[in-house]
Amino acid sequence: MSSGGGAVTLSQPILPGGNANLRLKVEQASYAYAATDRSAPTFTLGPASFEARQRELVAILGPNASGKSTMLKLLAGLLKPLSGRIEVDGTEVSELDLKVRAQKIALVSQESELLFPLRVWEYVLQGRYPYGRRLRFESDEDCLLAGNALAQVGADALRDRWMDQLSGGEKQRVILARALAQQPSLLLLDEPTQHLDIGGKVELLRRLRRLADENRYTVIVVTHELNLAAEFSDRIVLVHKGKFPRIGTPAEVYERGLLEEVFEAPLEVETGYSGRPRVILRATH
Amino acid sequence: MRPLTPQRILGICALLCGVLFVVCVVSLRMGAYPISVRDIVSTLFNVATGRREEIPVEFWQVVFGLRLPRIALGILVGASLSTAGAGFQALLRNPLADPYVLGVSSGAALGAIISLIVAPHTVGAIQLAAFVGAASTITAVYFLGRRGGQLDSPTLLLAGIVAASFLSAIIMFLLTMVTGSELRSIAFWLMGDLTAPPPTTNVLGWLGFLFFVFIVAAGAMYTTSSDLNLILTGEQEAKHLGVNVNRVKFVVYIAASVLTGLAVSVSGAIGYVGLLVPHVMRMLFGTDYRMLIPTAAIGGAIAIVLADTLARTVMAPTELPVGAMTALAGAPVFIYLMRRRMR
Repeated sequence: MSSGGGAVTLSQPILPGGNANLRLKVEQASYAYAATDRSAPTFTLGPASFEARQRELVAILGPNASGKSTMLKLLAGLLKPLSGRIEVDGTEVSELDLKVRAQKIALVSQESELLFPLRVWEYVLQGRYPYGRRLRFESDEDCLLAGNALAQVGADALRDRWMDQLSGGEKQRVILARALAQQPSLLLLDEPTQHLDIGGKVELLRRLRRLADENRYTVIVVTHELNLAAEFSDRIVLVHKGKFPRIGTPAEVYERGLLEEVFEAPLEVETGYSGRPRVILRATH
Repeated sequence: MRPLTPQRILGICALLCGVLFVVCVVSLRMGAYPISVRDIVSTLFNVATGRREEIPVEFWQVVFGLRLPRIALGILVGASLSTAGAGFQALLRNPLADPYVLGVSSGAALGAIISLIVAPHTVGAIQLAAFVGAASTITAVYFLGRRGGQLDSPTLLLAGIVAASFLSAIIMFLLTMVTGSELRSIAFWLMGDLTAPPPTTNVLGWLGFLFFVFIVAAGAMYTTSSDLNLILTGEQEAKHLGVNVNRVKFVVYIAASVLTGLAVSVSGAIGYVGLLVPHVMRMLFGTDYRMLIPTAAIGGAIAIVLADTLARTVMAPTELPVGAMTALAGAPVFIYLMRRRMR
């Protein structure tokens, strides 16, 4: 996004310590679910500590019900951590005003059913909502930015189509375009590869990698895809039963014993052509 | 990309107002005492120039005593029900929501009847009671319509239907306590009718009060229209985009209950307008609530004035309740929409 990059740079405060690239800082953050306010928690998450910089792609990896999505909700500010801090650009996320938060953080979640038919461009324009006052009508600039967002995900041609007539992959791109129209500095994605075939998955991850580089986004992806995560991310946050057994580069995290324990499957880790780790299923029969 | 502009909304609203005007003129003309367009024009001219004495007394009474107030009430009721329907559809994320289908109208009618029995001569008591009835019914239906913490469309509609029949039964029970002569005038709470006489001799002041309440409630709902657009694509997503979902839902909940209470307090439970009109307007002008709320309001006014004119004339000199006319048109559309959703 040509005009988007400038805006992001301007909104970037100079952090103490001279670390201007630091985008996200998670400090001993934890959370707990309980059936009622008084009963003992049925699920606890954390404490977790990690950081993410501009242009970094971070994958949150873990088996089902390990706490990945809860972590993402904490990062998005939809849940308030029980203890610890989560800061975006130096501000505590859960204390941000709703619209300000939506200008900084975009969350792409599993899509929900549309109640009434909507055209693709109308949907993408919704991403401009956080920048408007109540009842404000979309400006030419909003349309331009929405158009750029569509172009960035290669969905220009879909502009006038109805949302409910798109294929899974097309829809995923349009949903991503709406998040880009928010001009966020932090882009969060909840299992974006779920309904895509292998070609679509690779294409999406490539696109996210490119967006992180070009737009200086910090991209955080929750996923099950071990190999794609290893190939495309700078940092892996491994989650297992609400704990964070290891956080680091793919090479640091992808250790056979650890992965076997977390995913409860016989696995083999080797180094792929790219120099990044690769996980294969060890034959047991 | 053709984003919505205020000019387009105003243009389409002006067009619809034109249609409403024509429908009003037609309605004014039709009835047991026929009036020509020329009479209407010359009357307006005489009124404008202060020569009221030149208008025949009989004519004056038919136009200003009977038909015009009734048309004004029709406009108010249609606009209120239709706006309330559009609001409930967004609030409950259910395209089949309507004050009548959800039992909200019956709740409002019950409130109104109780206020008639308890405090028959207090001005505004009936509107307040109808609002309380509407608000409590939608609250009850909302909680009955949930399954596993989630709003479930079929359960919600069933809860509404059951609430409506339960509340109607209570209304019937209360009606047996009313004497025979009042029965006819009160029976309209069940079917929806515009023939109830104004409660005061100051008809203009009374209409002014009703329209003032309408403007406030519909205006409050309109301030949330951009937020409603996002809520319709998903509540969670709306939250991510910075919508204060709870605040918006509260405003719409109060506004839609006020509008339902307002309509029911003067006309009884008229069905399906709140369902039918917003759907037609969506088909014609799109789903954006910034456009939908005003067009649904004017469209609802057109629908009720038209339905009431038909109700007065098709079986003349006998009058049908306007609720029967709207149910005749609305029920098949409801079935059609429901079946289309099930596919």
